Amino acid sequence: MSRAALLVLADGRFPAGGHAHSGGAEPAVTAGHIKDAATLEAFCRGRLHTAGLVAAGLAAAAAAGLDPLLLDDAADARTPVPALRQVARRLGRQMMRAARATWPSAELDALAAARPRGAHQPVVLGLAARSAGLTPLDAAHAVAYENISGPATAVVRLLSLDPFDATAVLARLTVDLEQVAEAGAAAAQRAVTEGPGVLPAASAPLLDITAEAHAAWPVRLFAS
Amino acid sequence: MTRTVPRPAAPQATALPAGGLRATARIVARADAHGVTRLPVLDGGGPFAIRRIQSHADQTRVCLIGAMSAPLGGDRLRIEATAEAGTSLRITAAAATVALPGRTGDLATYDVHLTVGDGARLEWLPEPLISAEGSDLRMTTTVDLAPTARLVFREEQVLGRTGERTGALRSRLTIRQAGRTLLDQETAYGPGAPGWDTSAVLGGNRAVGQLLLAGPEFGDKPVEVRLLGGAAGADPSAGQAVVAPIAGPAALVTAIAPDGLSLRRLLDEAAAG
Amino acid sequence: MHLDHQDGFPERHTYSAADPVRHDGTRRALRIGLGGPVGTGKTATVAALCRALRDELSIAVVTNDIYTREDAEFLRREAVLPTERIAAVETGACPHTAIRDDISANLEAVEDLEETVGPLDLILVESGGDNLTATFSKGLVDAQIFVIDVAGGDDIPRKGGPGVTTADLLVINKTDLAPYVGVDLEGMARDAKAQRGELPVAFTALKQPGGVQPVAEWVRAQLANWTAAQA
Repeated sequence: MSRAALLVLADGRFPAGGHAHSGGAEPAVTAGHIKDAATLEAFCRGRLHTAGLVAAGLAAAAAAGLDPLLLDDAADARTPVPALRQVARRLGRQMMRAARATWPSAELDALAAARPRGAHQPVVLGLAARSAGLTPLDAAHAVAYENISGPATAVVRLLSLDPFDATAVLARLTVDLEQVAEAGAAAAQRAVTEGPGVLPAASAPLLDITAEAHAAWPVRLFAS
Repeated sequence: MTRTVPRPAAPQATALPAGGLRATARIVARADAHGVTRLPVLDGGGPFAIRRIQSHADQTRVCLIGAMSAPLGGDRLRIEATAEAGTSLRITAAAATVALPGRTGDLATYDVHLTVGDGARLEWLPEPLISAEGSDLRMTTTVDLAPTARLVFREEQVLGRTGERTGALRSRLTIRQAGRTLLDQETAYGPGAPGWDTSAVLGGNRAVGQLLLAGPEFGDKPVEVRLLGGAAGADPSAGQAVVAPIAGPAALVTAIAPDGLSLRRLLDEAAAG
Repeated sequence: MHLDHQDGFPERHTYSAADPVRHDGTRRALRIGLGGPVGTGKTATVAALCRALRDELSIAVVTNDIYTREDAEFLRREAVLPTERIAAVETGACPHTAIRDDISANLEAVEDLEETVGPLDLILVESGGDNLTATFSKGLVDAQIFVIDVAGGDDIPRKGGPGVTTADLLVINKTDLAPYVGVDLEGMARDAKAQRGELPVAFTALKQPGGVQPVAEWVRAQLANWTAAQA
């Protein structure tokens, strides 16, 4: 397997359902918190160092070979609101479908059988990376990137934000992204011997609160 | 919250090389032969003074009083409270805890470990933790619940006293039941915590809190999601909150607000159902 | 339609729609997609098809709305099928992505329906209103219907586009409006023939009694082929 598999996994066109989700950007736009490239960047930075860091740790740990069912429980404990647990499992199920088609493996089959309604998406993504022969750090990069590229893409649609500006935001966040991926992978390395309790658990209260508020909206563009 | 409390004599404290305090307070509630909750262990120490106060029905109550200007930078503080099987214990505090900078710039640690036995009920209802400008505090709270334990747990953090910037405040809350982790949450606010003051995390708010209600009844019938304050369409300048079931037999209130007073109002509103 | 099953990988059905059998080896439901521009009558066609076929077939519907779950709610309100037979997929402002580029959410909806209300004979997957290039992935549906209407102008068949040109059935709806909007139906039929060759075209006026009959007949024929291909 080659590292180029990371390009396939991290490609925004990887058919795993992400396009229908804004990662909390839709309620932030409606609340007036995101209104231009600068405010998008702030939102993405906050999301990256919280939800992104947690996802990076989980994905790296799955890629490192930790028991994905234990990681799925750890993801539940790190996701305090049901709307986000449901989204994570739905996206995990979609990621599982795509992963089994692209990098079939017995480990993916086993997790799919154990969690037919979907495991948390970062766990599935990490296991997909493992099946593709990628490293825990690769998995952390992929999941951390997706953590901010999703909201950026959504904001292009929601605000008709200049797509060049949105992409420049992502480029400016690559240093943070690198830090988050490395922190996630380092924690995963520790988790191999110390268990999933040492994985990052960074919380973002606003993302939790607005996710539940958004889930109750009668009219919305994005599923989350 | 700008009052200063003189540091009291600390008989049980031992000095660290950095000049900080090392102190552990212990509270143990035990049921006697008649099922009445007794307090065989009630050890204060360092900045902690613990008083038994008037019981309420069958609930035994203690209050952490005075002397709560700690932790200063360099301090290592710890509270261990155990509500053994069949007991009912409420722990409150008389005043807010203010994290202050130390002389050396070292960080302070403040660890809380709560244990609740089968059939026991523990209410942990301290006053807010205020992170003063220039302070650096790492806090951990670990709660171990037996399968039929009940818990009411409140945590409030206020970032900076009036008119000042916040210190650095990192906190991890882990709630386990029968060995399984129900909730694991880490917060990092202030200097050195990237992204904390953004629209994904606090959105300009300076007070953040949680109220957790755990017990077997929450497993039988998970609480319905409820939105409060700005999240429910009210003026967001008074804060917002959500009440939701976690992945386990507990309900969690997550709240953010511009100040400690609005935060408490949201948590009280959530608790009132 | 791709009916033969030549895939050697034994568990392919767990992640792809290309396999025509269910987990237990029985033939799965025929999946028909309905696409087309906004307001041409996709939801009305789905509703009429359900009413026409629900007594003879076990049917379920998946809707893909752009920013609401309105189409699903319309179908539920109209009671064309029991509520549990109607599922809504949210598309993140991009309906063609959900039916073509990333079909994972739709596949999940289809599988969940088979599981919860099945066995099913027919699943109708309705796209959110989109442009003339929006077509369904072959990984999601077995056949697709493209719905346009005369009010959109009689030049649409001539303009072509993947929907008009390649759909297994082109429905030209609202023929009852032709005199009022000055549309030449024969010209539309000629243009459609030129674009589509032997592929069928159905002219409908859904507002009139039995207006959906040509489409219902076509669906019955598809289903007969589908069932006949059973191994």
